[in-house]
Amino acid sequence: MTIDEVGLADPSAKRVGREGSAGSEGSSLRGLVAGIVGRPIAFGSAIFLIAIILACLAAPLIAPYDPLHQNLSEAMMLPSPAHILGTDDLGRDVFSRLLYGGQPAFLGVLVGSLACFLVGVPLGLVAGYGGRKLDSVISAVGDLLLSIPSIVVILAILAVFNHNIAAPMATLGILTSGGLLRVVRAVTLEARDQLYVRAAKVSGLGPFRILFRHILPAVAGPALVQLGIFAGVALTLQAGLGFLGLDVPPPNPSWGNMIGEAAHVISNFPWLLVPSGGIVALTTLAFGLLSDGVHDTLSNARKAISIGTRRSTHAVRGVPARSQGAGADSEASTVEAPVLDIADLRVSFGAGKVAVAGVSLACSAGEIVGLVGESGSGKSVTSLACLGLLPGNATVTAQRLAVNGVDVIGFSERQFRDIRGSEIGYISQEPMSSLDPSFTVGSILREAVRRHEPRLDRRQREQRVLQLLAEVQLPSPEVTVRKYSFELSGGMAQRVCIALALAGRPKLLIADEPTTALDVTVQADILDLLRQLRDRERLTIVLVTHDLAVVADICERVIVLQNGKVVEQASTDDLFSSPQHDYTKSLIAATPNILVA
Amino acid sequence: MTGLITRRIVVSIVVLIVVSFITFIVQSFIPGDPARAILGTTGTPQQYHELVKTLHLNEPVAVQYLEYMSHLLRGDLGSSLFNNEPVASQLLQRTPVTLSLLVPSTILLAVIGVVLGTLSVTAPRPIARIIDVFSLLGLAMPNFWLALLLVSAFAIAIPLFPAVGYTPLASDPVAWAIGLALPVAALTVAGIANVAKITRDGMLESLNSDYVRTLRASGFSSASIVWKHGLRNSGISIVTILGITFIGALSGSVYVEDVFALPGLGSLIVTATNQHDIPVIQGVALDFTLIVVVLNLITDVVYIMLNPKTRR
Repeated sequence: MTIDEVGLADPSAKRVGREGSAGSEGSSLRGLVAGIVGRPIAFGSAIFLIAIILACLAAPLIAPYDPLHQNLSEAMMLPSPAHILGTDDLGRDVFSRLLYGGQPAFLGVLVGSLACFLVGVPLGLVAGYGGRKLDSVISAVGDLLLSIPSIVVILAILAVFNHNIAAPMATLGILTSGGLLRVVRAVTLEARDQLYVRAAKVSGLGPFRILFRHILPAVAGPALVQLGIFAGVALTLQAGLGFLGLDVPPPNPSWGNMIGEAAHVISNFPWLLVPSGGIVALTTLAFGLLSDGVHDTLSNARKAISIGTRRSTHAVRGVPARSQGAGADSEASTVEAPVLDIADLRVSFGAGKVAVAGVSLACSAGEIVGLVGESGSGKSVTSLACLGLLPGNATVTAQRLAVNGVDVIGFSERQFRDIRGSEIGYISQEPMSSLDPSFTVGSILREAVRRHEPRLDRRQREQRVLQLLAEVQLPSPEVTVRKYSFELSGGMAQRVCIALALAGRPKLLIADEPTTALDVTVQADILDLLRQLRDRERLTIVLVTHDLAVVADICERVIVLQNGKVVEQASTDDLFSSPQHDYTKSLIAATPNILVA
Repeated sequence: MTGLITRRIVVSIVVLIVVSFITFIVQSFIPGDPARAILGTTGTPQQYHELVKTLHLNEPVAVQYLEYMSHLLRGDLGSSLFNNEPVASQLLQRTPVTLSLLVPSTILLAVIGVVLGTLSVTAPRPIARIIDVFSLLGLAMPNFWLALLLVSAFAIAIPLFPAVGYTPLASDPVAWAIGLALPVAALTVAGIANVAKITRDGMLESLNSDYVRTLRASGFSSASIVWKHGLRNSGISIVTILGITFIGALSGSVYVEDVFALPGLGSLIVTATNQHDIPVIQGVALDFTLIVVVLNLITDVVYIMLNPKTRR
């Protein structure tokens, strides 16, 4: 990274705000230190930095030789017991010069960091807390500072104050404070709306008190991360200025001018490059790793996603299929084979978190089955397991998990991809966020049609897209194809999602809370649509929901889940008129105004 | 859309003015007498007074600044205090050299950075790990040190590339490219790490989103999901980091030009700093800023194209 890159748009600013400060790992200094100690790489970096700073400060005490002492008879020697890092072209001990040379380096980092901190933090706090006008002015100034290529200003300053260490580093700090400002402002904005700050305001605390007491602690962590990044940048710049001969005047050593000297003898004695540049690289690395560690401590690291080779383990079933399957098949052969056939499904996430503990169910063609339960009952996990869309740390086992007669246990990602959209479709709860915001409705649907019906030409594909939109009863398909998801209402977006799910003509549709995020009037329309689609295409629909009113409206059969197990299965009429299980009874009791037909 | 562009142009003009002002003010801090410094020990009192008059040295700073700006707007950037060469012509000569270094570097680091960043998310663990480590190392190494290491390895030990020097594109394209190989490599590495990191963050966010789950559930191929949908949605943050990295490369070019003795803007400003040649420093500062301003304009246009909300 170089000097102008410190003001990155930093995702951590958003993330920290969302986590809040209460309860997260880095909310106190003790928590932060514990977090660093628990992360070996960050901890190692911290130890390294402390060691090297102390060593450089203690140079007069521990350096084996005078850094300026020349001995031409011992020039350009590789490391030996007498000189553990060798000697330079004038016979001076490299190790001693490195120790002394670290002093201007760290002094520069300190001055720069202080300047950045003293400008960035207060301005960021004021921008975040002080109201819109102040915010826009300060943010504009910060962005302006970041737009200036700082190297030119620094060199201009050096033309005047040459061989000065503090001036250029302070300038760097001020110019790049825009990045720190941005982060502090973001955290302040987030913190300002937290309940505890509002409470403090209401109880009469003045703004300075609030800023100091309540907001500064939240800011401290992300500010530290930015400063860690800045330290690395500052060190590299300091070394660069030394390399150009613009910092400490020779013969005094600095890490930068040692690299410069190494450059002069590069043809004869390339070894000199290694200790001089190596120490700068290692120290910069340590700053970076430490600030990464602080960052991770503050916001939980993202889990791995399951695209590509990282997928959930759909393990092979525990009991041989033949013996079990024979019995089930003989029963099923008298009626049509079930579209969805699940026997003893178990899903767990990591050690001990069991989401589904032995679920068995079957749905036949043209049925609308409700999968009911409260949050955490395992209904969504069950449905996602059929699609192979569980996160990478899920372990899925079952005696049988068959979609249209094909057992998907042990399926690879590629095998799942073959059946998704063509055998089994899926719509989810949030239609607006379920459509890629960067592409038009038409673009997404065209790609889906191309995927499932590759032999169509462009005109046929376009017709199919319009047909799909008409099937979900969207009023003007030719207009809708050109729209983006943010231009649609919730109901329209859900219809588009249904069209997308049906593009590959699947026989089974999993609808995961399809109406929960919609207005009540729109809910009825969407449920009507689903019913019509079932009537027309003989579609099997598994409706996952916590809302018994929806079940009463559209489902013929209901399966009730509690804590990952099926507690009751019955037709809708039977379930509502004579519920057997206590849990079912309490669910019905908790739902107001169900009219049983 | 025109509103955004107008705003950007206004900001750019402000930035240019600010930079010119800063470098101008800095000059007034130089101890001693500029006229005396130019004339040296030779020069009659007559010549001295003439020079003071020409340089407006006795007038208030504000007047001097206005004089400077009026010359600037006419394309007159003054002359080097050192060798009297007009600054403007030096800038014209040297800017293409610096751009020859910057533009290929930026393109390379964009492509390689995005690919590596995406692979670090989708590839199997060991490869992702290796990419992470390389990114970390790339960011930590000072680019001039990397340049020296490259010279030591590929120009001295194994004489594949020239250690110093520059061949203009017009006279010999092949030599131009070979001569730029090591400098571009040195400049690109740190930038790759930055772009890779932001791409990775953006891709993680996209690939964990609801709409990607819908695309997967609809049977879209992972190639399409990752490289078409995931990348497109990370587009804005990637373009942002590319802009920032370009500015970083601009600063880095100063060192790289020094190591490889490339006759560009960077080596010019370093020499000028050592010689306290203020008009040259001011000229290069403005030139750099102009490059940044043009880049920001391009970035803004790309933003507008990428974000469907602004196109409506």
